Amino acid sequence: MIPVKFDYLAPSSVEEALAALGEHGDDAKIIAGGQSLLPVLRMRLNAPEVLIDLGGIDSLRGVRDDGDALVIGAMTTHHDVRDDPLVKEHALLLSKAAAEVADAQIRHRGTFGGALAHADPAGDLGAPALALGARFVIAGPGGTRTVEAADFFVDLFETAIGEDEILTEVRVPKHTGWGAHYEKFVRVAHQWPIVAVAATVRGSIDEARIGLTNMGSTPLRATATEAALAGASATEDGVRDAAALAAEGTAPPTDLNGAADYRQHLARVLTGRAVLKAAGA
Amino acid sequence: MTATQDRPAAEIGRDRRRKEDQRLITGRTRWTDNITLPGMLHLAMVRSPFAHADITSIDVSEAEAAPNVVAVLTGKDFGEELGVCINAWPITPDQKTPTHSPMPADRVAFAGEVVAVVVARSAAEARDAAELVDVDYAERPAVLGIKNALEDSILAHPDLGTNKSALWVFDSAEAGTGGDVEAAIEQARTDGILIEREYRQQRLIPAFMEPRSVVVDPTGEQITMWTATQVPHIVRFALAATTGVPESKIRVIAPDVGGGFGGKLQTTPEEWITWAVARRLGKPAKYTETRSESLMAGHHGRDQVQTLTLAADRDGNVTGFKVHLDADLGAYVALVGGGVPVLGAFMFNAIYKFPSYRFECQTVLTNSTWTDAYRGAGRPEATYAVERMMDELAAEVGVDPLEIRERNWITHEEFPFTTVAGLEYDSGNYEAATARAREVFGYDALRAEQRERRERGDRVQLGIGVSTFTEMCGLAPSRVLGSLDYGAGGWEHASVRMTPLGKVEVVTGTSAHGQGHETAFSQIVADLLGVPFEDVEVLHGDTQVAPKGLDTYGSRSLVVGGEALVRAADKVVEKAKVLAAHLLEASADDLEYAGGRFTVRGTDQGLAIQELATATFAGHNYPDGMELSLDADATYDPVNFNYPHGTHLCAMEVDTETGAVRMRKYTCCDDIGVIINPLIVAGQVHGGLVQGIAQALWEEAVHDESGTLVSGSFVDYLLPTSADTISFDVVHTDQPSVCTTNTLGTKGVGEAGTIASTPAVVNAVVDAVRHLGVDDIQMPCTPERVWRAIHAHDGDAPTPEAAMPHFDEGAPNQDEGAGQ
Ligand SMILES: Cc1cc2nc3c(=O)[nH]c(=O)nc-3n(C[C@H](O)[C@H](O)[C@H](O)COP(=O)(O)OP(=O)(O)OC[C@H]3O[C@@H](n4cnc5c(N)ncnc54)[C@H](O)[C@@H]3O)c2cc1C
Repeated sequence: MIPVKFDYLAPSSVEEALAALGEHGDDAKIIAGGQSLLPVLRMRLNAPEVLIDLGGIDSLRGVRDDGDALVIGAMTTHHDVRDDPLVKEHALLLSKAAAEVADAQIRHRGTFGGALAHADPAGDLGAPALALGARFVIAGPGGTRTVEAADFFVDLFETAIGEDEILTEVRVPKHTGWGAHYEKFVRVAHQWPIVAVAATVRGSIDEARIGLTNMGSTPLRATATEAALAGASATEDGVRDAAALAAEGTAPPTDLNGAADYRQHLARVLTGRAVLKAAGA
Repeated sequence: MTATQDRPAAEIGRDRRRKEDQRLITGRTRWTDNITLPGMLHLAMVRSPFAHADITSIDVSEAEAAPNVVAVLTGKDFGEELGVCINAWPITPDQKTPTHSPMPADRVAFAGEVVAVVVARSAAEARDAAELVDVDYAERPAVLGIKNALEDSILAHPDLGTNKSALWVFDSAEAGTGGDVEAAIEQARTDGILIEREYRQQRLIPAFMEPRSVVVDPTGEQITMWTATQVPHIVRFALAATTGVPESKIRVIAPDVGGGFGGKLQTTPEEWITWAVARRLGKPAKYTETRSESLMAGHHGRDQVQTLTLAADRDGNVTGFKVHLDADLGAYVALVGGGVPVLGAFMFNAIYKFPSYRFECQTVLTNSTWTDAYRGAGRPEATYAVERMMDELAAEVGVDPLEIRERNWITHEEFPFTTVAGLEYDSGNYEAATARAREVFGYDALRAEQRERRERGDRVQLGIGVSTFTEMCGLAPSRVLGSLDYGAGGWEHASVRMTPLGKVEVVTGTSAHGQGHETAFSQIVADLLGVPFEDVEVLHGDTQVAPKGLDTYGSRSLVVGGEALVRAADKVVEKAKVLAAHLLEASADDLEYAGGRFTVRGTDQGLAIQELATATFAGHNYPDGMELSLDADATYDPVNFNYPHGTHLCAMEVDTETGAVRMRKYTCCDDIGVIINPLIVAGQVHGGLVQGIAQALWEEAVHDESGTLVSGSFVDYLLPTSADTISFDVVHTDQPSVCTTNTLGTKGVGEAGTIASTPAVVNAVVDAVRHLGVDDIQMPCTPERVWRAIHAHDGDAPTPEAAMPHFDEGAPNQDEGAGQ
């Protein structure tokens, strides 16, 4: 478990980090919490020559209130996202999902930005970010651009972040007062989800937003379910038909934890449960 | 006659915290990988990515030129000096046993097999250079899965002409230990109950915490090997036998070893390669595997298909049990190899009075990781089969599963009892263990809740699983092993040495790797010799310190090694008595021995054993004819196995919508005879239970059809953590059934939890959904499998192509896709 030798850079600003990325190009890799990257390096599935550590850039850490949106720094850890009072108040779904990531050790190291940039379809934060309509702020040599959630997740482990770019922060529209629940289905506690459903609802139920984890090569929105839930009552009977639509248009993987059809079944069952819990029913 | 009978035991039975824990838990100790020797070189292995291929060429030039690389060696570079990996238990005279070179020169037979070794000045440089070794392979078709192997169309080793390695048979009619099982089956077919099932024991990975590591120092007069092994004595024996170096020139040390579970009961290619490299280069060499290598190339466990036929009369009295096993050896016949399933041969009749029994085991070779012992080795498989079948029988008869067991078990008045498999169970009390477990579990209340949930049609159903296990352990009477063609005996050795200042050094031939021997053995010796617990030092795991021994596996250390220790301590007392009589100027007959002190009957004159040790050291005053030493050795060959047993009860909740399962309650009442240290026993039981539960619910090693290990990391090979388990009720009977064949009355406990728990859990899961038409779910009972089983009949598990890969009609638990 020894990675290939690499150089290590620890810039203290985004500008420095971008300059280093520009200089080393393909040979460099950003390291945030290292909780996804280090296993990859240690198993020698990747061998960058330079690691650029964002850990020393203070401006990338923390959550701030920016009017209609919360701004979450890319280097904010899962632990801090979970416990942040602003997140709890305005984007409860993220707090709930962050609480379900891995275990306490990993939550103290792994970062919100790192998880989203890594774009593992089984990652727990993509679906909630998508459901909440998060916008991704990406810094590059030509300045900063903002990408909508729907355009950010491109494919398995692939996002809109370019090789010479850094995700600096994520802007999450406030969902103040919305109920939320992240229903994660696992076999053992420290596992990535087999399927998970991120649900946040206004009232019971005026409006709902549903994200699906591990139901395709990117996080997915269950739009048909969302539409059917508007005006539904927060009871088992009330949400049943809407939940039955949850797997529409999904293409989940088949692996040791379950075949695609089983995952689709789970998505429907878990959606119903997540919505009811989000609505406090 | 032992000293313990003369006075109250102070240490035995006490909850001593383990002496060894501080160093083991902090890691500030001598793990093999912590050992660094001057000038030591580091090894990295180049492993085949193919399951079956000819090695057409290996170009090492680039690797040799890499920084600080000292040598790159392939199978061709070594001759006989490399030795071979041995199979110590050919189960039949005509067993097909492929030659197992530690590093084959021509053909690889599983993915992960070593084809070259890089030697460098640092481990990182060795690893880097290993990637530069250019191996050309010509791929051959690989055979994977027991059913495919049995067809013999693709051969794991073409030169053997078949994949079938050996067929081992026991038949009670032939052995004269019981009736004819075929007659019982015929009878049941016309006028009774016949239950036929096929169960699968999935492949498991021992997954010990410390990866395997080996250091070889060839620079002394003796070549020294430190290795993370359970079996230093067997390693030394096999090195001498296969590399031509005399035993007297070999020292093997198992320093602190971080777990084994059978996975380090092996003589490994990596040990042999490191040995050969160090000798070739004349320098110390170290190899430590990565976790990925450990999962891929360390031996795996279990992997059997069990075809079972249980015959009974209409009341559920069993009349015969017929067992056919097909067992996957993997690519080679490992150290114990086919002996693992054969160890189960005597246990399928378990605690029951079956009148007839037949057991067949067909071992097969495949192009997969080799398999060998894993905690329980043979006995969990047997226990699973019989305890699952007893639940099926209860369902068929329509009685409670505890009731069906009671109809068939040996009652406590019937001991000693000779079983249909020919073993003599010396003691046991199944009624008492069951009564206690039942009470602590709250059996009747849980059954009532189960009924209530069924009636209500609750989404979450409750099931109760029973496992009334026994096992044979304390391996093993040497003559019995001989009769089974095992390549070694089963005795154990101990020495007790009194130091000049009255401390005690105990040497044992067992080789602890996390069990707590240092603590338990200290407690025993403290009682026997009346010395403080802290004054006893237990030495083990080094063939120079403990030259004789047969190491640790098969729940043998306390019951066999502990008995050797008792006998050695008794000899010390006998020797000391002679000196005491002399110094006290009394007749030996007038001396009383208690609490480590000899006193002259009727006086207050006496001497402690420590004082006698000092007097022996001085040698100033001792009787003529006395050898000036109190130290003593003993070798003990057990006269029988011993037979711990217990009743395990498990309640599982099943979410019928998702198939998710959740443990509600687990109670076990184990009768293991006299308990030396209840805390250590509780630890062994807890850990054992979790390992058995993990087989039922989580763990499965899966190779794909090309022979790649799909579950090659802990992301896919699911090990539970404390977050996944509940607090178990671990209790014992008030009056244990003491083992009658050792002085302390102890029975083994190291494997008990693992052996018992797997069927308890699966029985509970099946019981929860039996009313929905389910009578089996293949292990591990993943939510998907549970869900498919529940909905197999109602059309709710949709899409024909994806439906039922695990369960098709007629073969209720065959998984065509995975692992077969
Ligand atoms: C045992 C284990 C269990 C886990 N279980 C879960 C789980 O249940 N659910 C879950 O969601 N996750 C799980 N994870 C992953 C964890 O959440 C990681 O923390 C996360 O996926 C990556 O975050 P990181 O900060 O560690 O990123 P890193 O590992 O440092 O980086 C990941 C990738 O993102 C890139 N990157 C990181 N930050 C940026 C940035 N700001 N801009 C551009 N690129 C960037 C890196 O170059 C790298 O390619 C688990 C990890 C482990 C080790």
